[in-house]
Amino acid sequence: MSTTTLSQATPQELEKSHAKKTMATAFNFAQLLNAFPGAFRKLDPRLMWRNPVMFIVEVGAALTTILAVAEPFLGGPQSSGGTPVPASFTWGIAVWLWLTVIFANLAESVAEGRGKAQADSLRKTRTSTIAHRVTGYEASVDPAAERSLTQEVSSAELHLGDILVVVAGELIPGDGDIIWGIASIDESAITGESAPVVRESGGDRSAVTGGTRVLSDRIVVIVTSKPGETFVDRMIGLVEGASRQKTPNEIALNILLASLSIIFVIVTLTLNPIASYSAATVSLPVLIALLVCLIPTTIGALLSAIDIAGMDRLVQHNVLAMSGRAVEAAGDVTTLLLDKTGTITYGNRQASEFVQLADVSEQELIRAAALSSLSDPTPEGKSIVTLADAQGVHVGTSVDGVIVPFTAQTRMSGLDLPDGTQIRKGAGSAVLAWLAEDEPTPSSVLIELETHVEHISQSGGTPLVVACKTSAGVNQILGVVHLKDVVKEGLSERFAELRAMGIRTIMITGDNPLTAKAIAAEAGVDDYLAEATPEDKLALIRREQEGGNLVAMTGDGTNDAPALAQADVGVAMNTGTSAAKEAGNMVDLDSDPSKLIDIVRIGKQLLITRGALTTFSIANDIAKYFAIIPAMFMGVFPGLAVLNIMNLHSPSSAVLSAIIFNAMIIIILIPLALRGVKYRPLSASKILSRNLLVYGLGGVIAPFIGIKLIDLIISVIPGF
Amino acid sequence: MDTLFAIFQVASLVLILALLYHPLGEYMARIYTSTKDLKVERGFYRLIGVEARSEQTWQSYLRGVLAFSVTGLLFVYLLQRFQAVLPYSLGLPAVPEGLSFNTAASFVANTNWQSYSPELTLGYTVQIAGLAVQNFVSAAVGIAVAIALVRGFARRKSGTIGNFWVDLTRGTLRLLLPISLLGAVVLIASGVIQNFNGFTEISTLSGGVQHLPGGPVASQEVIKNLGTNGGGFFNANAAHPFENPNAWTSLLQNVLMLMIPFSLTRTFGRMVGDPKQGHAILAVMATIFVTSLTFLTYLELKGAGTAPQLAGAAMEGKEQRFGIFASTLFGSTSTLTSTGAVNSMHDSYTALGGMMPMINMMLGEVTPGGVGSGLYGMLILAVIAVFIGGLLVGRTPEYLGKKLGPKEIKLASLFILVTPTLALVGTALSFGIPAIRADVEATSIWNPGVHGLSEVLYAFTSAANNNGSAFAGLTANTPWLNTALGIAMLLGRFIPIVFVLALAGSLAAQDKVPATAGTLPTHRPQFVGLLIGVTLIVTALTYFPVLALGPLAEGLL
Repeated sequence: MSTTTLSQATPQELEKSHAKKTMATAFNFAQLLNAFPGAFRKLDPRLMWRNPVMFIVEVGAALTTILAVAEPFLGGPQSSGGTPVPASFTWGIAVWLWLTVIFANLAESVAEGRGKAQADSLRKTRTSTIAHRVTGYEASVDPAAERSLTQEVSSAELHLGDILVVVAGELIPGDGDIIWGIASIDESAITGESAPVVRESGGDRSAVTGGTRVLSDRIVVIVTSKPGETFVDRMIGLVEGASRQKTPNEIALNILLASLSIIFVIVTLTLNPIASYSAATVSLPVLIALLVCLIPTTIGALLSAIDIAGMDRLVQHNVLAMSGRAVEAAGDVTTLLLDKTGTITYGNRQASEFVQLADVSEQELIRAAALSSLSDPTPEGKSIVTLADAQGVHVGTSVDGVIVPFTAQTRMSGLDLPDGTQIRKGAGSAVLAWLAEDEPTPSSVLIELETHVEHISQSGGTPLVVACKTSAGVNQILGVVHLKDVVKEGLSERFAELRAMGIRTIMITGDNPLTAKAIAAEAGVDDYLAEATPEDKLALIRREQEGGNLVAMTGDGTNDAPALAQADVGVAMNTGTSAAKEAGNMVDLDSDPSKLIDIVRIGKQLLITRGALTTFSIANDIAKYFAIIPAMFMGVFPGLAVLNIMNLHSPSSAVLSAIIFNAMIIIILIPLALRGVKYRPLSASKILSRNLLVYGLGGVIAPFIGIKLIDLIISVIPGF
Repeated sequence: MDTLFAIFQVASLVLILALLYHPLGEYMARIYTSTKDLKVERGFYRLIGVEARSEQTWQSYLRGVLAFSVTGLLFVYLLQRFQAVLPYSLGLPAVPEGLSFNTAASFVANTNWQSYSPELTLGYTVQIAGLAVQNFVSAAVGIAVAIALVRGFARRKSGTIGNFWVDLTRGTLRLLLPISLLGAVVLIASGVIQNFNGFTEISTLSGGVQHLPGGPVASQEVIKNLGTNGGGFFNANAAHPFENPNAWTSLLQNVLMLMIPFSLTRTFGRMVGDPKQGHAILAVMATIFVTSLTFLTYLELKGAGTAPQLAGAAMEGKEQRFGIFASTLFGSTSTLTSTGAVNSMHDSYTALGGMMPMINMMLGEVTPGGVGSGLYGMLILAVIAVFIGGLLVGRTPEYLGKKLGPKEIKLASLFILVTPTLALVGTALSFGIPAIRADVEATSIWNPGVHGLSEVLYAFTSAANNNGSAFAGLTANTPWLNTALGIAMLLGRFIPIVFVLALAGSLAAQDKVPATAGTLPTHRPQFVGLLIGVTLIVTALTYFPVLALGPLAEGLL
């Protein structure tokens, strides 16, 4: 269970990180230029082979080029389907086929390039540093390693289990856990967040990352990962796309695209033998053009760019996914487990109401409560003063008297005023016991108090009883302060969105069921798990999974590790322990549990973008057919001109226009592939309707217009 | 008058099918889920040594299908080769090797392509013990495979998909036989012949002598349609007055062809526990059916061409007693189911009209398709549609609670590759290899040029998709066509079955994912539209070029 209280990001910080994201998402011309060398390098057939669709295009381009070179020696271009073709036709096809391949590579290079910049800055942190390795460390004798010998070694020579000493100003040489000491650490190299964080031995904030800088104090660290396999190394691999493995859905889609390509190869290969019987055969360049237009080149070209960009989007949200599979699983999540503290509520209780007893004036209660809280540094205490202020009771900023701090024994805190008056606030039973030292509280008062306490408890709040003993020996219960867990704003809307997307949210809390129920109702979650232990959490995940659900959760503590490993999507907080980070399949560098919702959105967006471009790609074929089929055989069967519904200028220009459109659409769609299709949290049915309309119907119509426009330009070229 | 009669026919057909849909669909679901065996079934299981309650893995189920079909293939082949010595052979000689293979393959593959003229080639023994038996069991095999796939969707974490021998036996004994008996009686009462008279010599009005063949026609006719087989007793098939004497029997035959394929969608819905899923599949099938029928009827009524316009209607190749509409209805039904029976000659349809039966088959025989094969073919397309739709809504696609991962998509993709490959490669080989082309041109094609191309394309499309209807005008009884079409029929039938059963196995092994608001709903009109789109686009993209060379080139003059 999480025990970490997360600090709230200030509006300025939010704005800053937002600006960072928009900057990174923009797609500009410079990126395109930078990606060109990479695009050419990728023409290597050994690399192209991995993308069967584009490999077919490359083979076609090579064949057409050979033909174009040979043509002048073979007596000019061969006529196709009974129609003569202009001399530059084969060259035109060859050039545009090469461009198609290059555009596809360009998309991938641009996507990779965006990750590279990030990887470079990470790499800087990896430069070899000097580590002070402790020899003969003995935790029981000298935990701080102050009297042990240290040895200077290069960070590259560290081993698992080595003990290091790192002092202020030094870079931490490798990933590890603090075993002694506390330090403030600058992690901006990884998180981009300039505010230092505190790491200390023991507990859930002991993990340190190699390449981050110790700003203060001295710590002893045990190395938990080998050089070359550190967190930063993994990050570099991920953002560069080097360690990218194909995800199940991507593999399935590739299979579908490959089988469509095979069908079209068969269609093309069988065309000439069949045509030889009733019509003139089609020339090789036209046949290749037909094949390239039919195979799903648009999605084939953009698929890897979509996936790299999807991972990149996560990185921009400061989330590291350990595998693409995890990103995809995020899109499939049906159950979200959210920790109450920090995710659903602000993580601390705040005073929301003063309830005075019948014979006490409101002023009296508020004044006593505020006075006793003036020196109370806890958020609860501060919130009482703030609320008192808001209700017009100003007690100033300091008060004379003796502060009685909260202890686990008394379970009360308070103030002894100089005039001898004692004010206490605390749990009901503790306050009553304190009063009973002198005389028992009359039962009528008890009954009244009980009513208020009960009422507050049932609404999910925490009752804080305020009482005082005057110097005259008068004991009096003044009333109750209602402390409330404050639910973050706008959450119930977000949960409603999730519900519409088919995702159930379950709140996990250590609170009692009564409190949990009330907060769950206020936040609008679907279910809650109260008094949750790590075992309960694990059992809940198993139960959900047995029902066929995919579960996502966040966690940071070592005791969260089993649940993180069991969950389909386990997001570990960067502030968490190494064990938690190891067990999860994602790490959130900002340590913001509510980011789970963004992760789900990014996962869905990735799949939708793939689906949208696949649909678009296949729908495009209809228009291309209407361009090429009549063009192929109009020479023999003039009647087929009826099918030339775009009224294209000539057969040659029709074929070339279709090929040019086919290449151009790749370039046009690169920004969409990188940015991802816009995702709205709606029901599946509505999303489908919308996307079918935009990418299905749009995919049918767009090429008719595009090909016609290109044809208008080509028709000006002499010979066409 | 004609229009009124046409409307009446359609209305009756729809009404009868609608009335049958629920009870027949539910009855079939009970047949394949019941845990009780009939006495005769128990006896049969003991005979063949099958433990009726034991379940099979998909591999074991597949072995059953293949073993049974290979045995059937050999049996029908040998029966023909030994016809000369068999009783009731009407003195007909043994059937030649090539033709025997083609016919055996054709009937075992539920195709019933006939390269021969039945009344002149086959005696009663081969017709009954060979062909009629296959008409029953090949249909039962098709339904069994479809049911196995449905079980794959319905079961959770199961290693098995049913027992092939039980499914085969029940399908034959509880479904096909009773309906056939009833149907035969109705057909006989309506004027279809049923005898063992052999050839009857009659004197014609002009004083000539004619030998009229008789035979057990009604019993053959009913299963020919019910099992979407299509192989006629006579060469003229259902255009022959002894097979199909009047408008009523023609309508009845439409009902017989359509009742099982359409009602199976109800069985599917029932077995997966959500009849709405079945309704969606039904809606896809029915929409394409009605659209195709409308196109064909429109094109035939329009009757483009000189001869039809002079004659007043495109009546060439159609029977006067049926007229245009009953002909186009039968033609559509027969090619949209994988029956392939004809009551008019598709070869004589208008050029574009003749393209419609071809397109119907190119759709892959899924609207509603053959018995069983139509359902499993459509479910495979649904898997593809769900995959694309699922990506569009941002979830790993799932259909009926089953995730469609790489394995499922691989099997579905391979399935849709098979028949287009067979049809196109077969046609291409016929024209592309000079020696074969010379043979095809010299002996098979009667109408050279574009129409001849359509005839060959039609033949291979028909064989690969297990339809069995012929465009006519093509002499198929040649070594090349007998062999090539025979192979196309066998591969077109059994390779897809391998993929379907593998898919069934993989689905059955999965757990069920509960549906949420984020799941793509597969019972709404929206999905029906998507599935129609996928079906049409896959077909159109594959066949558009060859159609442009054949019927389109001929029709768009």
